[in-house]
Amino acid sequence: MQKINFLKPNRDNIKNYSIIGSFLVLVSLIDVMSNAFLKINLTSFLPSSLTILFPLIIGLIGLNMMRIDYSGNKTLDLLNKNINTNNFNALLTLLILFSIIKALPQSLSWMIFDATISGDSKDACTGTGACWTYIKVWFRRFMYGMYPNEFHWRINTAFILVIALGFVGYFMKENLKKYLALYYVIIYPVIAYLVIYYLISGGSFGLQWVETGAWGGLSLTFIVSFFCLIFCFPLGMIFALGRRSNLPAIKYISICYIEFWRGVPLITVLFMSSVMFPMFLPEDFFMDKLVRVIIAITLFEAAYCAEVIRGGLQSLPRGQYDAAKSLGMGYWKMHIFVILPQALKLVIPGIANTFLALVKDTPLIFVVGLAELAGMLALAKTNPKWLGFAMEGYIFASIVFWIICYAMSKYSYNLEAKYKTER
Amino acid sequence: MSDPIIKIQNMNKWFGDFQVLKNINLEVEANKKIVVCGPSGSGKSTLIRCINRLEEHQEGDIIVDGNELSEKTKDIEKIRAEVGMVFQQFNLFPHLSILDNCTLAPIWVKKMPKKEAQELALDQLKKVQIDDQANKFPGQLSGGQQQRCAIARALCMQPKIMLFDEPTSALDPEMIKEVLDAMVNLAKGGMTMIVVTHEMGFAKEVADEVIFMDEGMIIEKADTKEFFANPKSDRTKLFLSQIL
Repeated sequence: MQKINFLKPNRDNIKNYSIIGSFLVLVSLIDVMSNAFLKINLTSFLPSSLTILFPLIIGLIGLNMMRIDYSGNKTLDLLNKNINTNNFNALLTLLILFSIIKALPQSLSWMIFDATISGDSKDACTGTGACWTYIKVWFRRFMYGMYPNEFHWRINTAFILVIALGFVGYFMKENLKKYLALYYVIIYPVIAYLVIYYLISGGSFGLQWVETGAWGGLSLTFIVSFFCLIFCFPLGMIFALGRRSNLPAIKYISICYIEFWRGVPLITVLFMSSVMFPMFLPEDFFMDKLVRVIIAITLFEAAYCAEVIRGGLQSLPRGQYDAAKSLGMGYWKMHIFVILPQALKLVIPGIANTFLALVKDTPLIFVVGLAELAGMLALAKTNPKWLGFAMEGYIFASIVFWIICYAMSKYSYNLEAKYKTER
Repeated sequence: MSDPIIKIQNMNKWFGDFQVLKNINLEVEANKKIVVCGPSGSGKSTLIRCINRLEEHQEGDIIVDGNELSEKTKDIEKIRAEVGMVFQQFNLFPHLSILDNCTLAPIWVKKMPKKEAQELALDQLKKVQIDDQANKFPGQLSGGQQQRCAIARALCMQPKIMLFDEPTSALDPEMIKEVLDAMVNLAKGGMTMIVVTHEMGFAKEVADEVIFMDEGMIIEKADTKEFFANPKSDRTKLFLSQIL
């Protein structure tokens, strides 16, 4: 009869060891959970220093017993390969699990079980949990800023229109497809601008004028991000090409532009645009603060876009240029049909990076008095009637920003997959 | 005798301080097939890249089909459109299908209607026997198929001259034959060809003249039979003894 070694786990005694091991891990988890959720210390009979370490030691022994190479059991192999490769990783696994379990009850009770959402004033919030009433009451402000309540439909309509126009490209007829780039680079921004100008600003068609100072909240985040995104990309492309140009004038202008905007902090650019810039304008020339800010951010981010795109241009082999030239293509045809389609495909991750950073930079416009979502939070938190709810506000803003950014990054992954051709 | 379609006179070219081409004189008549051979680094590729001005020369004249190539040449694209080129690394456009690779330049450079361009492309692809792959992407094809597609792509511009820059050097031995076959067919059709290659079998079969280059100079230029039967310079003899 084959001798079975009960001290060293191996394939012969796999059943015993995996059962004992998982039991021990389970015991350690139950101990921590009972401690966290029910506030019962199962191991109170042990000395206090051991009580804390008890689940860790038991769990480690359990995981050690389960560590059997090529056990043949898929789940076990998966576990061993990913979280239980050696004693150190087993320790990390346990520590992470325990911290999650320990943190869960407090955060859950604060965010959900003890939280208040009813009522419409601060008095409703008497519990120990979060006061979501605050978010509920301020919701419209967080979304639309100081924009008059009765006109919120104008913002909604404008956004729906702009989004719908954005999808026009999908439904374009085949023979119009070649104008797609033209549409998105020039026509679409102009239409979007007109829609936003006439609907949100108003002033004509019987709509009351609402000045941009009253705009705010998430809708302002969207407006600023939207215009900056669609303008900074083509601009960045131009400067990326310019920096690689053979013409010294264009090349050095591009280099100066890129290095200037990359060298100054965004916050100074915003200050300059709102405080200094109007001083250089003629007396009777008026440019709205929001427009100035959008232009400033666009110019700023275009420099970053340019460098990202230049990276893509540089990664193309020289043979692609040679081949395009040898077929008789000039500079523009070569770039439009051969170089840029490949380069832009390569820089999708980098561009997504820049765009995400741009969206998250928009709260900075608060320094020049424009209150988008994070700015509205800062205003709301200093409201004397609603002092002390900064936490709820920031959690809300984080979730909103996270959703926006996650959607953007998901979209960029989709684009990457869509334009992937084997090289 | 007709005027030469390519005429190079006293041409010199430097890369920085290094002179890659020294006093090149060459005349190529229409419908002739020239094979250029020589050790690596001898300037063969640079020479043919000068003919469609992918490289610029510093001294001397290059006249292609009656147009002189210099900094003043304005319509360099027009000249390039008449000179097809096939590269060692194929250089197909990886983001376009095989068919689109072939139709891109005719449509946008020669302003050919899309339908006509596609018919022409399929015709050329058929001649190199890859018309069944027309809708695939370059990355899905073998090296030999890619190189044949590159030949078809160049031919779709209906060029007067074809330049081949070591078209078989990046291929497996098995695939070399299919590419060479395509080139032999093209030669039989009467195309003016300048081919940089180490395939001496190909040279013997189709070339009218063989040029041997070393260290940036044309060492020997002779009719194919003459070149292989009794090479004049010692350097050529040495080269041939090693390669054959």
